[in-house]
Amino acid sequence: MPVPSRRAWLKTMLAGVAGALAGGVAAVRSATSASAADSASTAASAAAARAARGTKLEHAPFRPGMPVGARPYGLPAEAQQHVVRRWLKWMLPSRLTNASFTPLAELEGIITPNGLVFERHHAGVPAIDPARFSLAVHGLVERPLALSLDDLKRLPSVSRIHFLECAGNNSLNWQRPAVNAVQFTHGLLSCCEWTGVPLMEVLRLCGVSDRAQWLLAEGADGAAYARSVPRALWDEAIIAFAQNGEALRPEQGFPLRLIVPGTEGSLNVKWLHRLKTGDEPWLTREETARYADLQDDGRARLFTLVQEVNSVITLPCPEKPLKGHGRQRLSGIAWSGHGRIAAVDVSFDGGVNWQPARLEEPVLPKCLTRFSLPFEWKGEELLLQSRAVDEKGNVQPTHDEMLKVKSARQVYHNNAITTWRVLNSGEVRHVRLA
Amino acid sequence: MCGSPEHQPAQPRQQGRLRTLTAAFAGALWAWLAMALLLAGLAFVIVSAQAARAGEQTGGPQAPDIGQMLTPAEIAALDRDARPDGAGLPAGAGNVAQGEDLYATHCAACHGEFAEGQGRIPALLGGEGSLNGEAPMRTIGSYWPHAPGVFDYIHRAMPEGHAFSLKAEEVYALVAYLLHINGIVEDDFIASARTLPRVMMPNRNGFIRPPHPVAKGRRCMRNCRPAPDISAEAPAQMEGVMIGEEEQTP
Ligand code: HEC
Repeated sequence: MPVPSRRAWLKTMLAGVAGALAGGVAAVRSATSASAADSASTAASAAAARAARGTKLEHAPFRPGMPVGARPYGLPAEAQQHVVRRWLKWMLPSRLTNASFTPLAELEGIITPNGLVFERHHAGVPAIDPARFSLAVHGLVERPLALSLDDLKRLPSVSRIHFLECAGNNSLNWQRPAVNAVQFTHGLLSCCEWTGVPLMEVLRLCGVSDRAQWLLAEGADGAAYARSVPRALWDEAIIAFAQNGEALRPEQGFPLRLIVPGTEGSLNVKWLHRLKTGDEPWLTREETARYADLQDDGRARLFTLVQEVNSVITLPCPEKPLKGHGRQRLSGIAWSGHGRIAAVDVSFDGGVNWQPARLEEPVLPKCLTRFSLPFEWKGEELLLQSRAVDEKGNVQPTHDEMLKVKSARQVYHNNAITTWRVLNSGEVRHVRLA
Repeated sequence: MCGSPEHQPAQPRQQGRLRTLTAAFAGALWAWLAMALLLAGLAFVIVSAQAARAGEQTGGPQAPDIGQMLTPAEIAALDRDARPDGAGLPAGAGNVAQGEDLYATHCAACHGEFAEGQGRIPALLGGEGSLNGEAPMRTIGSYWPHAPGVFDYIHRAMPEGHAFSLKAEEVYALVAYLLHINGIVEDDFIASARTLPRVMMPNRNGFIRPPHPVAKGRRCMRNCRPAPDISAEAPAQMEGVMIGEEEQTP
């Protein structure tokens, strides 16, 4: 028997493999009902559609890129340039006392990148030299002290992840849905890891008196922004010098900010330079003429400081329409100033029926919690809602339930359920239901 | 006593040493004499260590090992808040006529010649009786609960962006003027630390302290309500959206 040549041997082997393969494919084909012609034409039309859009499967540059260290402080990818804070020309009195909103639709997980944390300033962002900066602590204390940043960093510190929400979040929509973007309904909301010295560490250092029941926190900005913090909130408060691992951003109070977990953003005084303890609140303009909740009878509630249980769907939302039929990922965020989120329910029919969403880890107290729920969409209209429940048993109210206790004239502290209407086209509108 | 957390562990150590010494010298009468001397010596060491830590500060409470004691003069320079009871209001006084001039110079450009407000800059008068009406208007006259607060806010925040730029007399005069144009005081009113806490602001009793009621939802899962109708929809296009200085065309 002649020894077959290497080439001939390879030929026979390959033919055998091809035959086996063909048999296998045929078997699969007859097992499934899809015809070869069908799948080939679907693939071909998908390729044609890609070509029409100018996209190719092969997009890898395969060329030398930007050298190491070209950007000493990194920036997002060029394609992400639309992921920015935005503000509204018509909303607030001046450029100095104004607010910009976090692009919630573009964020994943629970952490807000430092450059996207919403802003609310009452006299702009001051430029502060940290070397010359110190925190003064006085009032009802045994030892009034000045603490430099270096002094503070010698004290024990903590790092905690907490949401920060402006009392005016969702304030444009009390009367009717006014803005069609989650950035402007709920974007006065962010969540960071805050690092700093527990407030009590500093107050103990100063020998705070038992008579002290209130703390005046004053900023070093052009409004010398000042708020009274009740003693019940001191234990969890942090004098923060860092957020998400780096020094505070100027917009967030560089070099120091008071963080009072779970409370309205304006209590978390930025550019913190003075703490004074006392036996009575100061009733500053920013806790009476502003940030107090006016009721229908003309009287206003003082010190409505804790941000109530709340949630919103960020996918889909007006900025993130559904792009095609079939499998979808619904996703959103929930939070409560009273503690951890215990559950989030989602409705597709405007609140008639609900199903529990999945809570993503981590679930932390007074912190954003990400929830998600897979669903199928065949192009029908949807009325999407989310409803959060916190560990104290507080259930997020509908707009009508909220109005039983709050007034539509109070401006602040709107925590009602938001409704997104998904149109047949996949576009999303902010609506109110009756 | 020094209250810094770093210092506290030192005390048990010293007590431990004392106990060892006591045991060693127990029994002999002269040992008590030595003890007394030792105690005095220890006390001296502790006191002088604290004095060294306190640096130049003597006489007052001891400084801890972190931070520097503030002097009364330093505190006075920083301590510029005023409470409803008048605590913290500085010396000085100002009248309505002076306030009128100062208003024209420092405030009218933004708040309007008659304090009526301009664009989105708030009015500083008007709105009486509006708080429970259709269009509540929150002004010094209609809403603010106490007069020292008007001093406090103008002092710390006005003219916009310039904290503590006006002298106490100037702020008193501006407060006198603003209270007068709101019909709260006569034109001979003189604002001072003595008079402001006694001014009866129209809405003084309009603010409610906590606790406040909490809005409660209901956790129902099936057939929770009749099929809903859409009662209102936000306009699809957003108006006046800004990125930095640029208006964004939606
Ligand atoms: C450059 C413009 C500007 C100037 C000048 C200015 N203000 Fe203002 N004022 C504002 C703005 C803007 C606000 C709103 C601030 C906010 O809400 O954070 C305001 C708010 C106020 C308020 C609070 C009103 C309320 O009902 O809450 C008072 C009182 C006030 N100003 C008094 C004065 C006085 C007195 C002067 C003159 C010494 C003055 N302002 C000068 C822009 C100005």
